[in-house]
Amino acid sequence: MGNGYVLELNNITKSYFGTTVLKAVSLALKPGEIHALVGENGAGKSTLMNILFGMSVIFDTGGFEGQIKLDGQEVTIDSPKKAMELGIGMVHQEFMLIPGFTVAENVKLNREPTRPNIVSRIFGPKLRTLDEAKMEKDSRIALDKLGLSIDETALIASLPVGHMQFVEIAREIDKSNVKLLVFDEPTAVLTESEAATLLTAMKRLASHGIGILFITHRLDEVMEVADNITILRDGEVVSRMERKDARLERIAELMVGRSIKRAALAPRAKEPSDDDPILEISNLRVEMPGERVRGLDLTVRRGEILGIGGLAGHGKVGIANGVIGLYPATGEVRKNGQRIPLNDPKHALLSGMAFVSEDRRGVGLLLDESVEMNLVLTAMQVQGKFLRPGLIEGLRLEDRAEIRRHALQSIKDLDIRCTGPGQYVRRLSGGNQQKVCLGRAFTMEPELLWVSEPTRGIDVGAKQIVLDLLVRFNREHNMTIVMTSSELAELRKVCDRIAIIYEGKVAGILSPDAPDTDFGLMMAGVSAARREVV
Amino acid sequence: MAEKSESRVLSMAKQFYADFGLPRLIIAAFLLALFVLAVILRMNIGMLVSDSLVRIGMNGILVLSMLFTLACGVGLNFGLAVGVIAGLIGAVTSMNMDIPGFGGFLTALAIAVPIAVVFGWLYAELLERVRGQEMMVGTYVGYSIVAGMCMFWVLAPYRNPAMIFPLGGMGLRNTITLDRTFAHVLNDFLAFKIGDLAVPTGLLLFFALFCVGAWLFFRSRAGHAMRTVGANPAFAESSGVNVKATRRLGVIISTVLGAIGIVVYAQSYGFIQLYTAPLNVAFPAVASILIGGASLQKASVGNVVLGAVLFHTLLTIALPVTQTALQGADISEIARMIMSNGMILYALTRVERR
Repeated sequence: MGNGYVLELNNITKSYFGTTVLKAVSLALKPGEIHALVGENGAGKSTLMNILFGMSVIFDTGGFEGQIKLDGQEVTIDSPKKAMELGIGMVHQEFMLIPGFTVAENVKLNREPTRPNIVSRIFGPKLRTLDEAKMEKDSRIALDKLGLSIDETALIASLPVGHMQFVEIAREIDKSNVKLLVFDEPTAVLTESEAATLLTAMKRLASHGIGILFITHRLDEVMEVADNITILRDGEVVSRMERKDARLERIAELMVGRSIKRAALAPRAKEPSDDDPILEISNLRVEMPGERVRGLDLTVRRGEILGIGGLAGHGKVGIANGVIGLYPATGEVRKNGQRIPLNDPKHALLSGMAFVSEDRRGVGLLLDESVEMNLVLTAMQVQGKFLRPGLIEGLRLEDRAEIRRHALQSIKDLDIRCTGPGQYVRRLSGGNQQKVCLGRAFTMEPELLWVSEPTRGIDVGAKQIVLDLLVRFNREHNMTIVMTSSELAELRKVCDRIAIIYEGKVAGILSPDAPDTDFGLMMAGVSAARREVV
Repeated sequence: MAEKSESRVLSMAKQFYADFGLPRLIIAAFLLALFVLAVILRMNIGMLVSDSLVRIGMNGILVLSMLFTLACGVGLNFGLAVGVIAGLIGAVTSMNMDIPGFGGFLTALAIAVPIAVVFGWLYAELLERVRGQEMMVGTYVGYSIVAGMCMFWVLAPYRNPAMIFPLGGMGLRNTITLDRTFAHVLNDFLAFKIGDLAVPTGLLLFFALFCVGAWLFFRSRAGHAMRTVGANPAFAESSGVNVKATRRLGVIISTVLGAIGIVVYAQSYGFIQLYTAPLNVAFPAVASILIGGASLQKASVGNVVLGAVLFHTLLTIALPVTQTALQGADISEIARMIMSNGMILYALTRVERR
């Protein structure tokens, strides 16, 4: 029978539409072991979890190859329900709790112990009475296992965020058959002390013989609780080690680990420096759901390409959205010394900035409009370009000839592959859509360009073209560019400096040539991170 | 070679089909069949055509009013009654002053438009609070305002004996004749006849004027802003467009056109209809623009003109032709209901959710 492992994953391979996202990933977990799974965004962690939980997204896209064994027996997990029945529990990143119910009611949700009564004897078991005393007792036991003193009769809504996480966990461990618990970045929303309590609770659970798979970005937490560590990168297991052999720096390096040759970029007449800032941001706070910025200070040098990196959820995407005014923001932003009003896209754009959104299809484009209208609309609305003279400002008519001339010029300049300026943008490929987005921004002739995730979702060849375009406009038009990207590699290719964002603040600014270890550590929020200013 | 040209014809036909759309093809074919039938039955084609022209002209601006709410993303203006009420207030007030001819018509508009602007503003504020459900809420706003105004028509201090109930000396009548004031002033302006075919030149010119105005508007900065807001509010926002104000502008223009439209309708019809009559205005206008090929995503002045022509020609000639053919059976009202409501249903099922 069993060989002592509660979970074994053997040679799991998965591809989406021809792109391989997992390559022969294997992993084994003993009862009572805490196994950390670390990796960057897009390393394949969520795909692996989706496979483990039988999510339909896996089966709708052609299933996967490889083998899953629980307690030494091969199993087929084809639905989340099946996973639960087999004793796999999941602690979600987002809370799945009902705020108006008590802790006990949430813990026992849909598994309530019941007693028969007269009505239920006639109308069936759905109408049995809830055994509230037992519910509360069971919940108490589960909470005690976690070492938590919260009141099982309290309403969820009245609890602090940190405690909600524990209720989630209590629910999972209350399921009598649970033998494997998956924690998907459980500490992301917790304060430091709450995170510490959680880690203690994890250790307690492990000591009860439950296997724990711990997915995280935070390497210091890994070092604290994990017994074994598996590092994923680009869908492959790059390393596996025991904690006693592991060093923080080594993990960070392995996680990021792409030594990319930085192509020689064209030199500038004058190198940008701190003496000549184009933009000064102080204490910026942006309420962008999932990407909050919490009191960020940053200075952008005139003429540079500044990279903004960091892990998802830490607020790097919120910066540009906040400065441009698309999400509620507070703080102070000065461009060329002039204060720019926040929460007012029109003024932000008028002050000589332009923005290429990370949400290309949602914010960046009018999919059912022509290439030329997409290119000129923003400049028309904000700067009054491409309009014929007229008496009433709002009613000035479009200048078709000028629009067409500019569109043809841009199509040539940016090498947009389309049948002509009249083609609908929806029909273009991702790379060409991105060029239209860039063209839209370039049409504004900005001094400072914000670009978010410029290469997301476009193919490799197009990526290089987009990056080259950015460099070209930076050098030729002396356009300062702030580029936000989840792909560290591409930031290191074109940027002069890279700011790493951690928990809504700048953790530090690194040179693109800095060692992988520094990037990895800084992104993982290791407190002793070296803050090197280039 | 022959194969090639054949396939080209085929692909052109496919393209035409894709552009024109199945519903329009069916309706156009039905229309053609009715005309052929009319010729076979030796009916007076000239009169049928003139009647159709009058109906197209008198309904055109009401259809046009739909274009602006569609463009700014509010959807179809099911609450068109809001504008219609404003127009009716203008019409009865002008009538109360007893100004004959064009003077009366222009006075009605002069009174109606400012009221429509105010109503439109309030209506827009309400719609802003129910984003995503504008069409449903608009429908109920239409019903409510019509009901509320029933009291107004009874209590309003109008004193012109031609308008109020003969007994009691108070309260406006259901139907008020405009014979003594501005009935047919537009229809008769520059009107001419070719045989039996009478052309209501003034009416058609007036409609054309508004269409050209709308066409120009959508080529202006404000018009582009409105289309952008309708197509993608997030894009509009990131282009520095004030989304809320633009949507408000769209609703106000639509309401004002509703007011102007009903005054034009009344002068052509020769009567003002009050009380629950405004309820019957929105649906035909909605159906017309949809039959013209507009969708919740895209609409143009061309859709308005095509829709007005197809829908109202059909309504106008279906009645006499079927009556003659079937010896008295009146299916036109039923046909109208099936078509207008069916068309609305068809269009609403095709809403793309973003």
